[in-house]
Amino acid sequence: MKPRMSTNNSAPLVREPVPARRSRPSVRGNKGIKTSTSFTINRPAEELYAFWRNFENLPRVMEHVESVQCMDNGRSHWRVKRSGDKFMEWDAEVINDHPNELIAWRTIEGSDVRHAGTVRFTPAPGGFGTEVKLSVEYEVAGGGFTEGLAKLFRHSPDQQIREDLRRFKQLMECGEIPTTVGQSAAREKEVSLKYEEAK
Amino acid sequence: MRALCWHGKRKVQVDTVPDPKILNPRDVIIRITSTAVCGSDLHLYNGFVKSMEEGDILGHEFMGEVVEKGSEVKNLGMGDRVVVPFTISCGQCPSCQKQQFSLCDNSNPNAWIPEKTYGDTTAGLFGFSHMLGGYAGGQAEYVRVPFADVGPLKVPSGIPDEKLLFLSDIFPTGYAAVERCNITHGDVVAVWGCGPVGQMAIRSAGILGAAKVIGIDRFAPRLALAEKGGAETINYEECDDLEGELRARTGGRGPDVCIDAVGMEAHGITTVAKIDRAKQALMMETDRPYVLRQVIQCCRKGGRVSIPGVYVGLVDKFPIGTAFSKGLTLSMGQTHMQKYMRPLFDLVEAGKIDPSEIITHRVSLEDAPDAYRVFCDKEDDAVKFVLKPGASRSSPKQN
Repeated sequence: MKPRMSTNNSAPLVREPVPARRSRPSVRGNKGIKTSTSFTINRPAEELYAFWRNFENLPRVMEHVESVQCMDNGRSHWRVKRSGDKFMEWDAEVINDHPNELIAWRTIEGSDVRHAGTVRFTPAPGGFGTEVKLSVEYEVAGGGFTEGLAKLFRHSPDQQIREDLRRFKQLMECGEIPTTVGQSAAREKEVSLKYEEAK
Repeated sequence: MRALCWHGKRKVQVDTVPDPKILNPRDVIIRITSTAVCGSDLHLYNGFVKSMEEGDILGHEFMGEVVEKGSEVKNLGMGDRVVVPFTISCGQCPSCQKQQFSLCDNSNPNAWIPEKTYGDTTAGLFGFSHMLGGYAGGQAEYVRVPFADVGPLKVPSGIPDEKLLFLSDIFPTGYAAVERCNITHGDVVAVWGCGPVGQMAIRSAGILGAAKVIGIDRFAPRLALAEKGGAETINYEECDDLEGELRARTGGRGPDVCIDAVGMEAHGITTVAKIDRAKQALMMETDRPYVLRQVIQCCRKGGRVSIPGVYVGLVDKFPIGTAFSKGLTLSMGQTHMQKYMRPLFDLVEAGKIDPSEIITHRVSLEDAPDAYRVFCDKEDDAVKFVLKPGASRSSPKQN
């Protein structure tokens, strides 16, 4: 079986051909979660890149990310909701940055969560916006899948990442994220959330 | 406010629910002056559409006046009179930019459900299941309209609601079903189903230049209305051989254009139709393709088949070999409403068509549960119900 990711230390962090300039993979071998998803967004790459490059914007589209603070040393501090009212926190650094084309980041050494992500912007054919591909990896140090990652993802990680990128598309194209939460119905319980949570 | 709510199969009632609120900057709130029951509402009523929840407000054909608006709505003012399309479209995604408004990428908050079923999402619709957005519908006193800077058509006073209301769905739906068949001189158009969409398709075929229009149904009042709209008619229950009859009326060729304005709950009188009904009841197929097979069988070789009738799932014995052998062109799907509303308004304003002539029943919103039952069971010669919010309860029929 072809491994999804090489264990060679000089291999790409994610499956994208990111130039090798590091000595340590964030997520080892075939452990943890690796997923990617794509949308075509009808906005220029410059605009999409600029939004994403300021990581402090990401909680607007990433539902489980409570906050991101960019620090002076180029690193960012992420505070992410896990199950219950608890949070996980880590620091991340940008490891690759090609304006209007690609941003790659990963957690710094010693983090409880090993996480890496790449977002890639490619012009869509025919001038209909930009193809955006998001690839992410997660591994919780010292914990197996069920103990660690299950707390980080309420639902399918694949679906959660897809919904994050969908919200990015919605916000960039529409200026708002469509919702029915809070609308009228003849019932006590809000069922819009039931469908939100079923993702 | 008062609103018609779904509580299960063949169970709807008018409830008091909270008034709608602005939830996003591009929303408006409309006070509804007129709202209609659509044939496709009966698919919900009969429990054929999944992901309905008890308490959902139904209704996707409505008009009214703007009473509240979000900060980003610049094109509408308070008190503006608007007709609202049943499809919710953002206007900015690649689909909307190609004028494929009913395929909007963004307007369905539950996009993941159709993505898992159909491989892709389509536009959110008012009052038409959570799979298609879960938006509260407009058989109510008020409704929240998202992306109000894209959907609602501003209309002048002076033309009564009844002539404009069907710009919200059935007139564009019937018109688009014919228009996409590119009618040319001499074309004969056959329309299966003389319900509201069929009636609009019949009238649109005349406007678009069809040489002859043939309406097919089993209810005499609907056939009479089709004749009023300019069609010849066939009552299929009184006809042993529908295909033979259509060929006889077209010099042996068959109709150039065949339109399925019936959809997934087709009725038929043959053994095969009864088998489809049994299979649907046993969940062995979700949709009854009785009319779908007929339109393909009866269409002339090289002709066009158009499907405005709603299908949601799977059918058996789809005659792909017939369609292939005869080189048919098939077109289908929900209507790209925003593309049609303005030009069709112009036709109404110019007096080229009066969509209100299909209205058989005008009742209070409070009478909506009776309206659903009567419409579903085809009682009382019902073709089209219009509901008036705020009116007092009345008897079901008051023509």
